[in-house]
Amino acid sequence: MYRYDEFDAAIVYDRVKQFRGQVERRLSGELSEDEFKPLRLMNGLYLQLHAYMLRVAIPYGTLSSKQLRKLAHIARKYDKGYAHFTTRQNVQYNWPALVDVPDILDGLSTVEMHAIQTSGNCIRNVTSDQYAGATAEEIEDPRPWCEIIRQWSTLHPEFSFLPRKFKIAVTASDHDRAAVRVHDIGLRLHKSLTGEVGFEVIVGGGLGRTPIIGPTIREFLPKKHLLSYLEAILRVYNLYGRRDNKYKARIKILVNAEGVDRFREQVEQEWALIKGSDLDLPVCEIDRIRVYFSPPVFERLPHESASLKESIQSDDGFARWVRVNTAAHKQPGYAIVNISLKPIGGVPGDATDAQMEAAADLAERYSFDEIRVTHEQNLCLPHVKKDNLFAVWTTLKQHDLATANIGLVSDIIACPGLDYCTLANTRSIPIAQRISERFADFDVQENLGEIKVKISGCINACGHHHVGHIGILGVDKKGEEFYQVTLGGSAAEDACLGDIVGRGLSSGEVVDAVERLVDFYRGERNDGERFLDAYRRLGPGPFKEALYANA
Amino acid sequence: MKAVTANRLADGRVVYLAPDGAWTERLVNAAIFENIEAENALASLGASAIEFADAYLIEVHTDGYPSGREALRETIRNSGPTIRTDLGKQAENG
Amino acid sequence: MPMLELVEGKLIRVDTTPCEEISLVVWRGGAQPEAGVSALVLPNDAPAEDVGHEVNAFAAVVLEFPTFKDGRAYSQARILRERFGYGGKIRARGEILRDQIAFMVRCGFDAFEMETSKSGFYNQALLDFSHVYQPAADAALPVWRQRAQRAVAAE
Ligand code: SF4
Repeated sequence: MYRYDEFDAAIVYDRVKQFRGQVERRLSGELSEDEFKPLRLMNGLYLQLHAYMLRVAIPYGTLSSKQLRKLAHIARKYDKGYAHFTTRQNVQYNWPALVDVPDILDGLSTVEMHAIQTSGNCIRNVTSDQYAGATAEEIEDPRPWCEIIRQWSTLHPEFSFLPRKFKIAVTASDHDRAAVRVHDIGLRLHKSLTGEVGFEVIVGGGLGRTPIIGPTIREFLPKKHLLSYLEAILRVYNLYGRRDNKYKARIKILVNAEGVDRFREQVEQEWALIKGSDLDLPVCEIDRIRVYFSPPVFERLPHESASLKESIQSDDGFARWVRVNTAAHKQPGYAIVNISLKPIGGVPGDATDAQMEAAADLAERYSFDEIRVTHEQNLCLPHVKKDNLFAVWTTLKQHDLATANIGLVSDIIACPGLDYCTLANTRSIPIAQRISERFADFDVQENLGEIKVKISGCINACGHHHVGHIGILGVDKKGEEFYQVTLGGSAAEDACLGDIVGRGLSSGEVVDAVERLVDFYRGERNDGERFLDAYRRLGPGPFKEALYANA
Repeated sequence: MKAVTANRLADGRVVYLAPDGAWTERLVNAAIFENIEAENALASLGASAIEFADAYLIEVHTDGYPSGREALRETIRNSGPTIRTDLGKQAENG
Repeated sequence: MPMLELVEGKLIRVDTTPCEEISLVVWRGGAQPEAGVSALVLPNDAPAEDVGHEVNAFAAVVLEFPTFKDGRAYSQARILRERFGYGGKIRARGEILRDQIAFMVRCGFDAFEMETSKSGFYNQALLDFSHVYQPAADAALPVWRQRAQRAVAAE
């Protein structure tokens, strides 16, 4: 993991001090709310329905146990004993008092964390693959590049007042767990024909009101030019992105308006003028950062673990959890463990202080001190010995963290919705809870296979509904909650937007309708065919019929 | 009928303007205004006040419960998250 | 409008009469800047490239912030300084927040149309951060350079 040196530490420390001053000026009345708002937003502090909400950055979703323990401590001391993990691998506190926030940020800075640029029209926290450094699929660990981007974008003097927020994601695997095609910039590390590793640069994807699967503007960018190329894209966007209408201000609208070719030309022109300047980091700095992400010292182990085999045979619950929640590790004898934050009937992405501490302890003991946050609002222990899986599972179970549903129908992404969010049309969480209860039976879930349900409480699409196999969008109809269903979306390497299938359903109807969809799929599927593939084969027509069958 | 609501500056708690001009945490204790009076009450709050942030008007019934299009939103603000009835004002009201 | 200028890293009040302003339209129409006197007012939707090296005929360029959220002029300033080697004054006009001044200075601004009574307060803002991560139009060394220098010194 990256560790701050004195420079990183000083910058975060300076920021906390600056924010403390800003809060003092607000509390004394020297700053009006209008003046203070942009300042607090730049530090991730929103005013939500019930209270302030503080969003803390978890750079590319990587945490140490010490950091996770600090997050738990903050939840207990300053909040109401829990926190919420988001689709951007960040964490949110729902109840902090303004007067406490400088102290919270102080506490975070002691574990090399901050809330810088978790809001506002600037470059936000960079996200990545939660399996980075652990999966055999990747070409190299993408996180050094994420850290390089984090540093470059932090307090960027030119790009802190962009037309709109700006999100960057990086992946290095063919299997895309970072949703790079629905980001303002998606970067995919891959090998060129000559064997050189570089970035595919995807620009102008995004969800929200105008969902777009981002086009590739450059097939291959040599790694060493990453920052100058990013700077060129951002400069074109900063100068020419629309500022007259906030719904048309994201870079995707500019790319669309200019056309991909014209946009590419502008970027390349700008890049030609700045590449080779001081923007591109020297090799020594890239290497310095890369060293922090060197693989941990794995033990040499056989592929299979005898004790694991035995436990699988003797405990069906454990066997299921291993099947569903663990993934292949690049190192023989190790596994990647997914920790579901989606207990049946629970709030997707919420974790209590005790749960965070339990996960931190497990990471320290069994996973080289590392935890990851996934964009699907779960946690992940990246490097667990197969011999230790049973012990890990046993502890997870004690903390209600062993729900065996990763990738299944009850592993639902849901935004906070009207239970917390001031922008919401409808609630999202209760729909997630009811769907998860409807499919509570784990045999049924596992038999159904991968079904990604994603729920947003308004068109801002924080719940990624456009790219759900089943997407659900809350809409307000004369003060009543209605839900619009989209089908066939995907955020993975086969990214595509779901089709809107018809009129909205009332909150009373929507769960039954989802069940009918799933039943229809079960009746029609071929052997081993996923919901999404069956939908692609059969088309929206029959699914639509099933959805509205009772209406 | 209307009431004036805001979030308290120091801790963000939902508050309502009371008849005595102070802020109360309980909507039942809020001042209920006719539309025009409500606009005046809101306008007279002053922009850089140090007790509250983001003041606006909500529609309420004469009995003080939220009404109109935003009734659900304002009910949730006044009580707490519907999925965590152990939190927010609903938890304190007993 | 009162003005603060950046002199040796400090914002100080200046009372000189402001230079004669020439709008982009008028300049394009053929108006000649008077050496050392004229300021070009560049709207923030005009590409700095359109002015190019000719910008050096002006003693100052005024760049606009219609609202504090409109950050186009940050890019314009950097392009003028870094691409066209502009050495005159770049003056910020419009809505400027205290905590933006340090960013502006990094992008090449060195004059600010704003309340001069608070110059102490604004000067404090220039000191908020002791290090920077990225190169810009100013002389600040990005931390990776400092790291490299330190590594060399340690050898
Ligand atoms: S999608 Fe809408 S309701 Fe949900 S968190 Fe985002 S803004 Fe709020």
